[in-house]
Amino acid sequence: MVAHAEHIPHRSGLAAFLSRWLLTTNHKEIGSLYLWFAFLMFFIGGALAMGIRLELFIPGIQLIAPGFYNQLVTMHGLIMVFGAVMPAFVGLANWQIPLMIGAPDMALPRLNNFSFWILPFAFSILLSSFFMEGGAPNFGWTFYAPLSTTYGPDSTDFFVFGVHLMGISSVLGAINIMVTIFNLRTPGMTLMQMPLFVWTWLITAFLLITAIPVLAGAVTMVLTDRHFGTSFFSADGGGDPVLFQHIFWFFGHPEVYIMILPGFGIASQIIPTFARKKLFGYNSMVYATVSIAFLSYVVWGHHMFATGMPLAAELFFMFCTMLIAVPTGVKVFNWVATMWRGSMTFETPMLFAIAFVILFTIGGFSGLMLAMVPADFQYHDTYFVVAHFHYVLYPGAIFGTMAAVYYWLPKWSGHMVDEWWGKLHFWTAITFVNLTFFPMHFSGLAGMPRRIVDYSHQFQDFNLISSFGAMGLGLTQVLFLFIVIKTIRGGEPATDKVWESAEGLEWTIPSPAPLHTFETPPPWPISETEAHEGAA
Amino acid sequence: MSDQAPRYYVPHTSYWPIIGAVSLFVTAFGTATFIHESTEFVGAQTEYGEWVFYTGLVMIACMMFGWFRDVVSESVRGMMSGLMDVSYRQSMAWFIVSEVFFFAAFFGALFYARLVSVPWLAGAGNNLWTHTLLHPDFADTWPLFLTPDGTTTEIMGAWGLPFINTLILVTSSVTVTFAHWALKKRDRIVAGAWLALSVGLGIAFLVLQVVEYLHAFDELGLTLGSGIYGSTFFMLTGFHGAHVTMGTIMLTVMLFRIFSGHFAPENHFAFEATSWYWHFVDVVWLFLFTFVYWF
Repeated sequence: MVAHAEHIPHRSGLAAFLSRWLLTTNHKEIGSLYLWFAFLMFFIGGALAMGIRLELFIPGIQLIAPGFYNQLVTMHGLIMVFGAVMPAFVGLANWQIPLMIGAPDMALPRLNNFSFWILPFAFSILLSSFFMEGGAPNFGWTFYAPLSTTYGPDSTDFFVFGVHLMGISSVLGAINIMVTIFNLRTPGMTLMQMPLFVWTWLITAFLLITAIPVLAGAVTMVLTDRHFGTSFFSADGGGDPVLFQHIFWFFGHPEVYIMILPGFGIASQIIPTFARKKLFGYNSMVYATVSIAFLSYVVWGHHMFATGMPLAAELFFMFCTMLIAVPTGVKVFNWVATMWRGSMTFETPMLFAIAFVILFTIGGFSGLMLAMVPADFQYHDTYFVVAHFHYVLYPGAIFGTMAAVYYWLPKWSGHMVDEWWGKLHFWTAITFVNLTFFPMHFSGLAGMPRRIVDYSHQFQDFNLISSFGAMGLGLTQVLFLFIVIKTIRGGEPATDKVWESAEGLEWTIPSPAPLHTFETPPPWPISETEAHEGAA
Repeated sequence: MSDQAPRYYVPHTSYWPIIGAVSLFVTAFGTATFIHESTEFVGAQTEYGEWVFYTGLVMIACMMFGWFRDVVSESVRGMMSGLMDVSYRQSMAWFIVSEVFFFAAFFGALFYARLVSVPWLAGAGNNLWTHTLLHPDFADTWPLFLTPDGTTTEIMGAWGLPFINTLILVTSSVTVTFAHWALKKRDRIVAGAWLALSVGLGIAFLVLQVVEYLHAFDELGLTLGSGIYGSTFFMLTGFHGAHVTMGTIMLTVMLFRIFSGHFAPENHFAFEATSWYWHFVDVVWLFLFTFVYWF
């Protein structure tokens, strides 16, 4: 039984719309806000990427001036990382975690609303920098000193405060998720019985709480170096520009796992459902996630092999980085073993989950190549790196999010996704994603540097294919938007369970999920007879 | 059905979060504009940034006052269950963890400067040529009183004001605990007295910190611009001082709440959260005293 305040304001029209979405404390509404916001940012970031790929279609400088190209690259990275991938995962957490652990809502509903509504303001500040004198930030999303300190455009200061706002949003959101998971599980559900999506988000929240404040420290030092005479990143005063990279990547590497761990969780939910088998090696999945998170704090130097670190440090970071392949390998093995001899069917969410496993693993392998110090001297700052992290982010984080949307949208909207459209989206997306990013491995190995507006003629063929793929990939996501809207507006009604062998508390409530669920904690473990009594 | 299930209070829609988001936006925009207008770095023509910044700060203060007032009134009306209390406790603990990592960034910069960048500039490791060619006269000292570009400063000693401040802050942590014990015994007057003493000690710390800064500026020539020593010194003590200010305000609010009779021996989480925060600020200072002033 949950106490709800009595006076719900009665308004109509625009006032009702605004007061509903601006003031809501409901985890489902806030989850939807996060997801739609991430979708919007995904298209904005994607549009910038289209600009980049159009310019790189052929050698020479055709459409975009070099200075503006740098702004495009920077803003594409910032928007995709902080505006699209992270809010999308927080949105999924908002929708699903209370449903999966039998909680009435998030632990701190008002704080939840606060966390979301900071984001549109943060990105207004960031995006408005395009219209400022001197243009948007142009130093790459990693804002290395001295590019951001001595040479940063005026808008760098607005970038700094934009990042501060995003950071506040992320930390508060992560605290909320953490507390919800620790405190609001239905009585009887132990930590080691939680669905893996919840487990991976628990670890992600921990990473956010510890990593994001370090980013706040980094941008603060950039600001004071720019305007208040400090010398953190200036050798003239006894500091060091490389210090910036250490601080940034101490945040940055956990950040990489913040952007993939929830994806691991999603794959671990979807694959057992469509293989009609229990997840293979649940415990080892949990321990692997914890190990990956722990290791993520001691590998930051692998982004900096080319800075001239002492040999001992390079070896330490190299071996620690390679060690991550072990828990990651455990996960991939478990997903494959779950599918082994399962009664597999290939609905859209399963297709995306399988693509996630395979293509993420390709990104993982190129990561291993980059982890080797002598090899990295060759690969550093080439398109090989671009190929690597786009393989873990696009078919990893973004396909993971899409798989989750296809998997849970029937529960959210009450309508099944039209499989024909879903499969069309999948096959076009997977074709174009490989067409876009696979050739970058080759151009990178051949020596094409990243973040440069022009390139030498021998890279033309690969870039032409990449640009062609990117245009297709961009169009494909318009198809995704169409499918999501189509499914929300109508379609075959979804059953409570939606998928034949789906397991978990979220499948015991009606589809579409009512606004308030689990006002009474549901029984746990779920038994067949009780399965449909948990609904509010 | 409500007899066996734990109750969890899900608050109704609230205006405070969106007001808070707007306040943060106004403050962030105002601060960046203010900084642009007050440095010659940028040819800014406008003059409103300062006022936008102050407006934002006032808005944040109002938002926090209003939001906390709502939560306090919910608590006083008994709408918080034991489960809510656990949620608040865990959130505060995780918030303090995030603060620890914010300070860790600046401590990281301090240790990097002391152990890596300054020795390297002086030729340690394999950096002899860098040293010889760029700064042949530069010597590895800490505190760094002569930077590679020739800026000099005097050193802030540890055993004057900083040591007195250490004693003050450690004492205030003890007095907060005495206040807590008195509160648990329902002894409002004694609790209030100890807490008032803690607030006084917090203010004394801040006053002495200002005196120390003036000493640094006027007599030692130690500023943010004195190279990496001044940078780490002022950023670490400055952010710490900001946290002491925040903590003193929180303690003051708790003082008012004690006299308003808000706290019971078994229900006074706000007080405990404040004391956690105060102890955290104290521990940060001990690290500061050790690594910034002493060694």
